[in-house]
Order: sequence, then C-alpha cells, then structure tokens
Amino acid sequence: MFSNVGDRMTEITVTVDGVKYADHVEPRLLLVHYLREVVGKTGTPIGCDTSNCGACTVLLDGQSVKSCAVLAVQADGAQVTTIEGLADGDLHPLQRAFHEEHALQCGYCTPGMILAAADLLRDNPHPDDREIREGLEGNLCRCTGYENIVRAVRRAAAAGAVQ
Amino acid sequence: MTAQAEVPGAPAGELGRARLRKEDYRLITGQTNWTDNITLPGLLHVAFLRSPYAHARITSVDVTAALGEPGVIAAYGGADFAAEQGSLPCAWPVTPDIVMPAHPPMAVDEVRYVGEAVACVIARDRYAAADALAAIEVTYEPLAPVLDIRTALDEGSPKVHEAGNKSFEWVFANGDLDAAFRDAPVVIERDYRQQRLIPSAMEPRAVVCSCVGGEFTLWSATQIPHVLRVMLALVTGIPEQNLRVIAPDVGGGFGSKLQVTAEEVLAVLIARKLGRPVKWTESRSEGNMTVHHGRDQWQRIKIAADADGKIRGLDVDLLADMGAYLMLVTPGVPLLGAFMFPAIYKMDAYAFRCTGVFTTKMPTDAYRGAGRPEATFAIERIMDELAAHLDLDPLDVRERNWIRHEEFPYTTIAGLTYDSGNYEAATARARELLGYDALRQEQAERRASGDPVQVGIGVSTFTEMCGLAPSRVLGSLAYGAGGWEQASIRMLPTGKVEVVTGSSAHGQGHETAWSQIVADQLGVPFEDIRVLHGDTQVSPKGMDTYGSRSLAVGGMALVSACDKVIEKARAIAASMLEVAATDLDWTPGRWAVRGDPDKGAAIGEIALAAFAAHNLPDGVEPTIDADATYDPDNFSFPHGTHLCAAEVDTETGFVTIRSYVAVDDIGTVVNPLIVEGQVHGGLAQGIAQALYEEAVYDDDGNLITTTLADYLIPSAADLPSYVTGRTESPAANRLGVKGVGEAGTIASTPAVVNAIIDALRPLGIQDITMPCTPERVWRAIQAARGGDQGSDSDAQQTGGAA
Repeated sequence: MFSNVGDRMTEITVTVDGVKYADHVEPRLLLVHYLREVVGKTGTPIGCDTSNCGACTVLLDGQSVKSCAVLAVQADGAQVTTIEGLADGDLHPLQRAFHEEHALQCGYCTPGMILAAADLLRDNPHPDDREIREGLEGNLCRCTGYENIVRAVRRAAAAGAVQ
Repeated sequence: MTAQAEVPGAPAGELGRARLRKEDYRLITGQTNWTDNITLPGLLHVAFLRSPYAHARITSVDVTAALGEPGVIAAYGGADFAAEQGSLPCAWPVTPDIVMPAHPPMAVDEVRYVGEAVACVIARDRYAAADALAAIEVTYEPLAPVLDIRTALDEGSPKVHEAGNKSFEWVFANGDLDAAFRDAPVVIERDYRQQRLIPSAMEPRAVVCSCVGGEFTLWSATQIPHVLRVMLALVTGIPEQNLRVIAPDVGGGFGSKLQVTAEEVLAVLIARKLGRPVKWTESRSEGNMTVHHGRDQWQRIKIAADADGKIRGLDVDLLADMGAYLMLVTPGVPLLGAFMFPAIYKMDAYAFRCTGVFTTKMPTDAYRGAGRPEATFAIERIMDELAAHLDLDPLDVRERNWIRHEEFPYTTIAGLTYDSGNYEAATARARELLGYDALRQEQAERRASGDPVQVGIGVSTFTEMCGLAPSRVLGSLAYGAGGWEQASIRMLPTGKVEVVTGSSAHGQGHETAWSQIVADQLGVPFEDIRVLHGDTQVSPKGMDTYGSRSLAVGGMALVSACDKVIEKARAIAASMLEVAATDLDWTPGRWAVRGDPDKGAAIGEIALAAFAAHNLPDGVEPTIDADATYDPDNFSFPHGTHLCAAEVDTETGFVTIRSYVAVDDIGTVVNPLIVEGQVHGGLAQGIAQALYEEAVYDDDGNLITTTLADYLIPSAADLPSYVTGRTESPAANRLGVKGVGEAGTIASTPAVVNAIIDALRPLGIQDITMPCTPERVWRAIQAARGGDQGSDSDAQQTGGAA
C-alpha cells in the first residue's frame, strides 16, 4: 500500500508490540493506517478523523497517543504498544477488569479506552472516580454510558494494574 | 476467561445469572473482525465525491482527469449507474397516497442534501482514491434549499421534489375529542421541539463486496444482514440466491445501521462492473453528513383535564422532517410514537396527526427509540405542566391517571393492549432510591433562601412498545415485512450445541444471553453452546436487530426451537430406553423413564444416537435438530420510573445532574449485567439529547456539526453515575421477558428537562429548547428576569434554518 509515490517515500523503523519493522512509507501516512494496513495490527480501530474519539489510542514509548493524529514517520525509532501487545501473558489487568465489569458492549472503543486507562493509571495509580472520568474524557464510548468503564478502571487500579 | 461473576443467592438455572460475556475476549484483545479489517486479494478502494450543495441541478460530471491519476482503476458519475442502480427502498408506505420520490443511490440529475454522492473513484489504496476525487469536475446549477418544516408547506416555498414538500398525513383518533375538550376545566397546549440528532455509532460504516462468477458476498457494518439481502436483490435485480450478506463484528448501531444505504448498493454495482473486490470505509465527517439522522419533529400537544388533574383528552399534531428522501422506515418512525403519546395514562379521547415533510437535509430514520422518545418527551413534559398548573406534585398527577396494576391487561386509548406492568411499584422504588421527599425539602429551602444554585427533580414515568412486532399488526400499518424471528438448534454428535439466530447482534451480548436461555431449556452447560449469527449463509432466515426485539421475539424463537428438539429427542430416547414415548418424563437435559428416573438418556447421548442412526425406529428422522420461527402475539411493554435531580446554576446556566435514578420493569431478566449495561448506555444517549447533542444546518443547508468536535457526544466526564433498580412484572410470554435496549433513552430525556424546568419554574420558565446548553439556560433565566437576553446567536438550532 501507499507505494505509488516512490520518490517521496521515507524509511522508518518502528517496534510494534515487541517486533521491529522497517518500511518505506509516504510522509503523510498516519500511524493508525501504518499499524492497520502495513503492519496488520487491525486491533486498533479508527472512529473519527479529528482526534476526538480516541478509538485509535496506542502507547508511543509508553505514552498514550491518538494514532490518527501521529504520522508514521513520527514513530520512527519508537516503541508502539497496541491492544494486541499490551498483555504480558494472557490478559492485562485492565483487559480482565473490562471483562469482569462488563465495561464494553460493541467493543469498538475498547482498545483505545484500555490503552488510555493504562496511561492514566501510570500517572495516577489510584484515581478516584472523578479522576478516572476526567482522565478518560478524550475517549468516547456510545454503548456503556461509562459507568462500567469507571468501575473497571477502579477495579484494575485496586488490583495493581500498573506494571 | 473462565471467571464468572457469582452473585450470592444467584438462581440455580441460567436465567437471572450475571454471566460474563462470551464475546468479550476477541474485543478486549483486538482480535476483532470489523468490516474495515477485511482484506481480499486484489481489493480496491472506493471514495465518493459528495455534493457541496443542499439543492442543485447537476449540469455535468467529468471523471476523465481522475482516470489519469496514479493508482486509479475507474471513476464513475451517476449516469454510469443510472440504468442499473434502481431506487433505495422505503419499506413503510404509511398511507395509500404517500409521496415516495425515487432515491437513486448516486445522484444523476439533482442533489437534495449536502453529502449526497455524485461520483466515485476506485483506486489501489484509500489515499489514492481520496486524492483523485479532486480531479473530478462536477458543475451544478444551485436551487433553493428547503430547511424549515414549519414553512416548507407554505405556498410559494421552494420544492424539494416535483410533487411538493408534503410526503404524507397520517391520522389516528379514538373517543370524542370535542367532548373531552369542551368545557374542560384545564386545557394546556405546548409546542415542543425534538432536535435533529446524529446516531454516532463508534464504528463508522464500511462495506466490502466481492463478485465472483455472478455470485456476490457483501460484508457490511449493518444491523440487518437479512433485510439487506432481500432489499439488495429487489433494488439491483441480482437473484437473491446469488447474494450473501455478512455482518461481521459490528461496532454499534442504535438504528443508524438499520438501513439499506447508497454505498452498499454502489459497492455491489462497482464490484460487478470491475470483477474485483472493493471496499469503502467512511470517515466520521462523511458519516455525520450521510448516515441517517434521528428525531427532528415539531410537536404541538394539547391536554384537557378535570380540576383534579384527571386527563380527559389528548390532541397531538406533529410535523416530522423526512429529510430529502424516504429511506427504509423513515415515514414509520413518527407513527411508532403515535401509539405512545397516551403512555401509561387513562383518558377518554385521543387524536393524533402527523405530517411528513421533505427538506433538503439528510433523511431521518430510526435512532434508538425511534418515535417513542419523541412521544414520551412530549407527554411527560406536559404532565409536569399539568401538575404545575394545578399545584400538584408531578408524581401525584401521574398516579391519578395511570393504569393501576390490577387493571392489566389494559387496552389503551391508542388501541394497544398492555399485558403487564406495575407503575406503583416502580415509582415507590424510585422515590426511595432518590430520597424524593428529602430532595423536595432541600428544593424548598434553596428556593426560600434564593440560592443561586437551584435544584429540580425531573420525573419520567415512561412506558414503551417494543419487541417489534406482531406481523399482522405491521401489515395493518402498511409495513413491508413481517416481525417474526428465526432460530435453529443444531445438536452436534459430541453433545455440544450450535444455536443459530436471525437476530444479528452488534454489542448486545446475544452470544451470552442466548447461551443462557438454551442452556436452561435443553439442560446443557452454558459453555457447551456456541451462538452463530450475522451471515445469511450460516443463518439464512432472520429479521435482525432493532426495536428492542431480540429477546422478546428472537429469544422466544429459541424456546420454540428447543421445544421441537426435546420432542424429537423423545422418540429416539423411547427407542433407546425401550419404552413407549408416552412413558418418558423430561427434566432439563434428560428424558427418563417415568417411575424409574435412574433409567434415562441425556440429550447429548440422544444426539449421538441420532448421528449414528443405527437403531432408530422406522420413520424417525436421524436428527434432533430443529428450526422455529416465532411471531409474537403482542408488543412488549417495558416501563419504569426515572427520577433526575439536577442542579442549575442560575448565574451561569450550567446544569449538573446530581443524581439519576432509573427503576425499570423489563419483566424477567436473563442476564442482569447485560441489562444494566443496556440501561446505562440508553440513559447516556437520552441525557445527551437533553443536554448536549444537535445536528445543525446553516442557512444554506450545510451541516455544521460534521465532526465529533462540533457534535457533542458526551464523555465520561460529562455524565453522572447512575443508580439503577428493577421491579418485575413478567410479560405474557413464556420467558416473561420484555425489551430493554431503548428504555433508558426513551425515559431519560424528559426526566432531565423536567428537572431543569422544575428548578427554574419559580422564575416562570416553562420550557427550554433542547439541548439545554448553558447558553440557552442562561438566556431563559435572563429573559424570565426581564433582563436583556441578547441576540440568539444560535437561532437556527431551534428550528432548522432561521
């Protein structure tokens, strides 16, 4: 994909979920499209085109970013963690907590919500409900009304989700 | 993923058990199969060029230059599809004389809303396709837009269609309305605005289509794979047996994916033209313009009552914005509301009139609740006005009018027979959970002290009709299809079970809830059941998911299919156990010899015996699989009492929901976790209509709210925590279940607005147009205090274009 403008292609090296990739990409290629269509990490979905919904949130060198608002070339040399590489084993405590608190319905916002929550807990391991709600305000969910997402983050925090 | 929530005192069976969802694992690990994830060898990407005009004649379309762009395989204008594209369907011609204009998937001669597709590019990747759109030349001759349904029927108004701007007028009347209003001690009349909403499922629409040897496979982010298949066959003329439709993982719908879309039809036609698979995925801004919108009504409601608050009659006159065309159920949506204005109240007379009006905007269609939130809003708002007029507590005036629990089944003035309900119980529980009396006390104190932050309590004692729907009722309303649902049970030789449902889920948790129902019916372990759905080749029959129908209709289809499995198993068990079939007793999981319960055959053993088929009696078919199609006798009538306590800062107009109590009666609960999740999500969308969301068009008919920066879907920080409770009056079906998917949305919008008005009523404020933004609330307060409210900078938001 995106190979029709060879003279403008840039070589990047990105480590995604622990695997190093070297690719030639257009400078305008969005990180989310790089992840989905070049690397094949379709676990990261796209929900909008204005960085409002947060569905495409990933960790870039440990910090949450909306991957629709980052160019692939900006990730050159960086470590990217997607929902597919978050767990160190079967499930990350946040993934488990989202399941146990029924914090997802259609699940489209879930990867971004979980990664944003991971970043939130890294900054603040024991947030109160208001801090959870404000910490996740960049991630939109249309199904759950957020109640169970707040409960899940609280549960993961109590379980010591920060690693 | 084996952990299960074990609730103390949980039921022995599966029904009522808070099972964690089977579908979660793939969703929380990113192993999902969204339509946009699908790729096929040689896949091409489609991008659409869309009209920048609300209304214009297309004078030319030239795609030549686009064909020379890198990576472009083809480009087409509307004329290239004219001979084969047909007209997008409307399945609900509500009156015999309805005006139902042709709706070409790609505009050919004229565009009637901003965003209508006028041309397309097919390219090797999505960036190349989007780039090449700029090379297409389209010339237009602008025509006058039609943006306000209140003036669209005036003589001299520009016309959306040659036949004029009126689509239909639908009326219903029962009882002597003149008598009810004549000499009535109280008559209250109000005009309410139901603003236009954008459903905003988190997954944008996407379509993939392949065409091999005249056989088509269409993957679509749709709620309705089965309806879509039939409709695609009818629209395109492609033989139905050559169309397979797959709804893979679908990221929410809320009615917005209950549609047969232009892009789905065009993907089929493009795949056929090129003999290559194609994909189209919308951007959010494209979706805001071109996914059907919801609501958009002006409501005139008039109520007549006795001096004690007893309702005599209700008169409703609606103007409903159809948008530019009639889509799948566009004209039927306000009619679903027609039956709900009388709500839970008894009265002598009721009249309803709805006029469907065309405008040069995106068509409206079903959005969570579809007609019922609009009706519930108007009746629950005016019940508060009635209470205020008579100086009664709003719960008191409702109690004087509602159907008492001992009166069920009860036939309403709108002709519906409510099978069950207990409004007293739900209201008592809600009062208790909110601390109603203490809050009233606090309200009185704040009023007395002139506190700048006033508190209001909003009441919504709602009901709704869902579980769509008895086929014969749909027929009487001129709907184009039935309302049944299909289920199949496949008993595998290893004793495991495949359940096939025609109700295709997109977040509702069918895989879990259906497993629970079948586990109880057949007596097999929850873990041994797999639920299949969403592919017309796997699940060939179905009416899909909308209108809170899946459980009340599709769940009952499961029960019927299980009955047949059990009955088929009886004949084989009798042979295995060498007794007469009539000498067997069924307990879940097993047929046993009457009087000798140790001697029996488990359902899995019977399935294996049927599979081997070595020793079956003569004439017994070697299978215990069964199908059932269930057509409900009646709608489902969930109800509840929702109470919202809101603080209104009279200095800033800012509204804070302090507490929200939702007590819902949805009959028997299959899975309380799923139910609570549905209620939460429903509340969020209803609260969003009250406080945040509105699709806004400017004076030229451009949609202004094209992004999630402009169209304010609330975040976690914007919404309260909810207090939920349940009461239970079982429905009159074998499971006792009612729908729950739309209840929270239907109930919560009037609860929130009633709370705001209740807080501000001492100022003389009787209404604030939704969404009740701080600016609007502040202006209402300024106007009520006689101050200068300034110019209304967002005048167009209250009525389409100014």
